[in-house]
Amino acid sequence: MKIKASIIDYGLCNLYNVSNALEHVGADISIIDKPEQINKASHIILPGVGAFKNGMRGLKLRGLIDPIKEHIEKKQPFLGICLGMQMMLSKSYEFGEIDGLDVISGNVVKIPNENKKNISHKIPHIGWNSLSFSSDVQDSIFNEKINKASMYFVHSYKADCNNKENIVAVTNYNDIEINAIIKHDNAYGCQFHPEKSGKYGLMLLNDFLNA
Amino acid sequence: MPSNIRLIARLDIKGPNLIKGIHLEGLRVIGNPNDYAKKYYESGVDEIIYMDTVASLYGRNNLSDIVKKTVKDVYVPITVGGGLRSIDDVKYLLRCGAEKVAINTAATKNPELITEVSRKFGSQCMVLSIEAKRNGDNSWEVYTENGRQKTGMNVLEWAKKGEELEAGEILLTSVDYEGTKKGFDYELIKKVSEAVSVPVIASGGMGCLDDMLKVVHESSADAVAMADILHYERSNIKKIREYCHSNKINVREYEN
Repeated sequence: MKIKASIIDYGLCNLYNVSNALEHVGADISIIDKPEQINKASHIILPGVGAFKNGMRGLKLRGLIDPIKEHIEKKQPFLGICLGMQMMLSKSYEFGEIDGLDVISGNVVKIPNENKKNISHKIPHIGWNSLSFSSDVQDSIFNEKINKASMYFVHSYKADCNNKENIVAVTNYNDIEINAIIKHDNAYGCQFHPEKSGKYGLMLLNDFLNA
Repeated sequence: MPSNIRLIARLDIKGPNLIKGIHLEGLRVIGNPNDYAKKYYESGVDEIIYMDTVASLYGRNNLSDIVKKTVKDVYVPITVGGGLRSIDDVKYLLRCGAEKVAINTAATKNPELITEVSRKFGSQCMVLSIEAKRNGDNSWEVYTENGRQKTGMNVLEWAKKGEELEAGEILLTSVDYEGTKKGFDYELIKKVSEAVSVPVIASGGMGCLDDMLKVVHESSADAVAMADILHYERSNIKKIREYCHSNKINVREYEN
């Protein structure tokens, strides 16, 4: 039987690519935007591109903040992608200070303009960077092939977690460490776009659905 | 490690066909764009650019059907350009599965469109496409309509202005070198890369693998768009990736 995956539409981004990639790995997709739909969903995907403030506003306007938090507290599968991942944190400092879903303790901050050796790089960070799994998380649902695989990143902000046990994988951009996959119970977040990261991105989505 | 250099396949489209010209003109039909996009994806290309070469002429982009079909097989970012004039045009192509849009003509006529697209869909989605042609005095002029129409605008100033208006990337095509296999316009790409802090995609002229080394190391390109070197199989993504690895150009690791 196909696994049902529900993608949250909060008015911000294009859901087509996420939906298309999940279908490709065998999911039965519904697009949802109401609290009662979240209560009934098994696997929830929160995609997202754009500003943190607009994202949180979109969730708030639809009354989705508490239902999402409940879903995660009940240890139901959840995957935040890019902005969807960043919104899992406590706060963001993108255009002011804005509260997030606070599922994972930490802050979303701008990627510094240069590394510790004063070597600068381009922002937004656009492109393919490889993952390395953290040794602090043992019970990974992800195929070992995803470790060291390159994924497609597009972002100007990064999600800094206060606790190491939330960090599943990191990437390295010009010697700046960036959290690439984070987790809390069965809620995962990835900074990169698995739906645009070729076969290893699809593998990650498949692992999430079948965990 | 800084960001990896992106290897991009550029597919110029006319009607239903993948085509290739010289100096963006004298177009020759190569084949079905979907087949080529799929082949490049399977061999590990990092991104695909689809450019509708006749869109500005007809006042609209005709790539939606091709894009819709491509995204069923291709799971890397697809940028679509040619004839996009409004937020609605952009929205429509994103709904078809495009990840980014490249805008040239409409941006030169209405620069605010860059900011509107960027604010509405995110700057990562707004690629400013610049067609540059050399003037006699070592400067470059912005062209539109596939290198046919002069604008009187200076390329360096326009690139900086584009960044100010929140374009997320610049696709920089040299009209002089495009399709010639003579290598890139290294000076142009270097000057623009130095002038802006957003990523610059070098396009037009890649003839052999050594051109790649030069455009990355000497001109600081962040990404390289390749067309006929791939279409005519003078090389392929796998060989290009191996060449990069052995010449200290950072590209993503990919196992076929």
